[in-house]
Amino acid sequence: MWEYTDKVQQHFLSPQNVGEIEDPSGTGDVGSLACGDALRLTLKIDANDIIVDAKFKTFGCASAIASSSVLTEMVKGMAVDEAAKITNEDIAQALGGLPKEKMHCSVMGREALEAAIADYRGHTLPKTEGEVVCECFGVTDLEIIRAIKESNLRSVEEITNFTKAGGGCGKCEDKLRALLETTVGAKAQIVIPQMPQKKMTALQKIKKIEEVLEREVRPGLRKDGGDIELVDVDGDFVTVALRGTCKSCSKSQTTIKEYVEKKLREFVLPSLIVEEN
Amino acid sequence: MAANPKVIYMDNNATTRVAPEVVEAMMPYLTEAYGNPSSMHTFGGVVGQAIKEARGKVAALLGADPGEIVFTSCGTESDSTAILSAIRTYPEKRHIITTRVEHPAVKNLCETLETATGHKYRVTKLKVDAEGMLDMQEYEAALTEDTAIVSVMWANNETGVIFPVEEMARMARQRGILFHTDAVQAVGKIPIDLKNLDIDFLSCSGHKLHAPKGVGILYVKRGTLFVPFMVGGHQEHGRRGGTENVASIVALGRACELAMEKMDEENSRVKKLRDRLEEALLTSIPKSMLNGHKTLRLPNTANISFEYVEGEAILLHMNQHGICASSGSACTSGSLEPSHVLRAMGVPFTAAHGSIRFSLSIYNTEEEVDLVIAKMPTIIANLRKLSPFWKG
Repeated sequence: MWEYTDKVQQHFLSPQNVGEIEDPSGTGDVGSLACGDALRLTLKIDANDIIVDAKFKTFGCASAIASSSVLTEMVKGMAVDEAAKITNEDIAQALGGLPKEKMHCSVMGREALEAAIADYRGHTLPKTEGEVVCECFGVTDLEIIRAIKESNLRSVEEITNFTKAGGGCGKCEDKLRALLETTVGAKAQIVIPQMPQKKMTALQKIKKIEEVLEREVRPGLRKDGGDIELVDVDGDFVTVALRGTCKSCSKSQTTIKEYVEKKLREFVLPSLIVEEN
Repeated sequence: MAANPKVIYMDNNATTRVAPEVVEAMMPYLTEAYGNPSSMHTFGGVVGQAIKEARGKVAALLGADPGEIVFTSCGTESDSTAILSAIRTYPEKRHIITTRVEHPAVKNLCETLETATGHKYRVTKLKVDAEGMLDMQEYEAALTEDTAIVSVMWANNETGVIFPVEEMARMARQRGILFHTDAVQAVGKIPIDLKNLDIDFLSCSGHKLHAPKGVGILYVKRGTLFVPFMVGGHQEHGRRGGTENVASIVALGRACELAMEKMDEENSRVKKLRDRLEEALLTSIPKSMLNGHKTLRLPNTANISFEYVEGEAILLHMNQHGICASSGSACTSGSLEPSHVLRAMGVPFTAAHGSIRFSLSIYNTEEEVDLVIAKMPTIIANLRKLSPFWKG
């Protein structure tokens, strides 16, 4: 069960401004049935560029409905220029926060608002530009880059929570990681060494693994009073034993998979599988 | 959540109420009778006797011999034990057959065997049709000399659709292939008689039949080679190490005894309640449809899609009336895609997102069904008023 704030509950159970404005000044249609959520936002804007009325229709879960409802409350009475500055974070905040897996619902609200304002102004949206990265949910690179920047995203999982990209078949994961790295920039500074081209002999492999364990893995483990020993290498299967505090650590499996295996895959061979003795 | 003291529980495929008789039976083993069944003294011995009796009751419900019953911690452990035992017994065989609609306990294990071994193992996932049924010709063609085990659920947890596991086990046996069935949803709801069947392994879980969570069963047919999953002491005749979860085992024994007594009620009164609920909802709510085969189905399960509305939103409105059910919608799981079972059946996205599973039990009443029938049309109509796709 999701932990929804009272505000989300309230807007979900008694949504405000449901419906469609007849002859609207601007309409924003985002999402689709296949995606699992969709929103149609209609705005009435007066001669002074003030949003005098807003109505919505939403297909989706409680947070999608609540995001839409609170958004209509927020924009009513606002100047169009002001409304254009509303971010998805503003929408989530107005609801007292959303579960992180549901942040894409607030993004949908912001997108619909943008689309409606663009429609009013006679502009086309940046969404129609850009290249589709996630085919399952039709998310473009421009949308993803924007979400990374605006919401300060730092992992592929966060990108999925905010934009839905990568939440279907998962095939675009590498592309998302690349977008994250180029946008954030930090990761790009890590020099990834050339992968060995030739097939290594068993002895070379063992030597290389020992080298990487010594250089990349041990210093970190020793800081916490632990250590690691190479037990055996059989094809791609590397058996290691954790020593010291690591041995009794409840997270030893995570250490092996998330730390040791990642390092060995990065610096020795991408096909290695690390197991604990 | 609005306070609603009255809960209408129609989510029995998720878990069930522990029967009061079951609680009563297990209590002594949580209090004064705390001995270790392996001990030499009488104080432990009487506990060992209680486990023996429970084993007998479980065996009776399944039409098995008590010696064929191994107590485990849950259905998932039983599934893992059976499948891993088969591939350790026949290490040269590298093929597994299962279905696209299995519970994650089997599905994810098979997928892990495939990926974590660098595809040394090959998994055939049998297709289902729009009614959730298997194609027996596809199954027959998939059985090869390389097949180590077939693992097919007896009944589907989401739709209640029943698979012809008796026949499928026979076909596997003829070719010397082991057969496992995840019968977590079937045991206690439909009659099972393993004596004359070719099923080698069967998994079952206590909390789906009014016993507590944390106890399960693995049936291992006499003569079937077996490699334990949990290695340790000599408990369960060396087939599952670890001190027995005595109170829960006693509870499960009592629950199986009750299930036998209530089997007719489940298949008559509960089925009638389910049918009445299903027919009323399909009639009173436009653009609603049943997911899964109409008749080859568990007596307690109805999976209904309400088009153009989303499952989580429906569930939360039902929750306001104290009605508990489940949904195959993406939003309820935290994933972004609807249920793998409904997708495998080709249920359109428009309907899969709005699917609700009602699963009843012997504790449901006519009044409860009346209330659900009365509330659902308004809930769906109100959500459709919000939906940009609803042109009603």
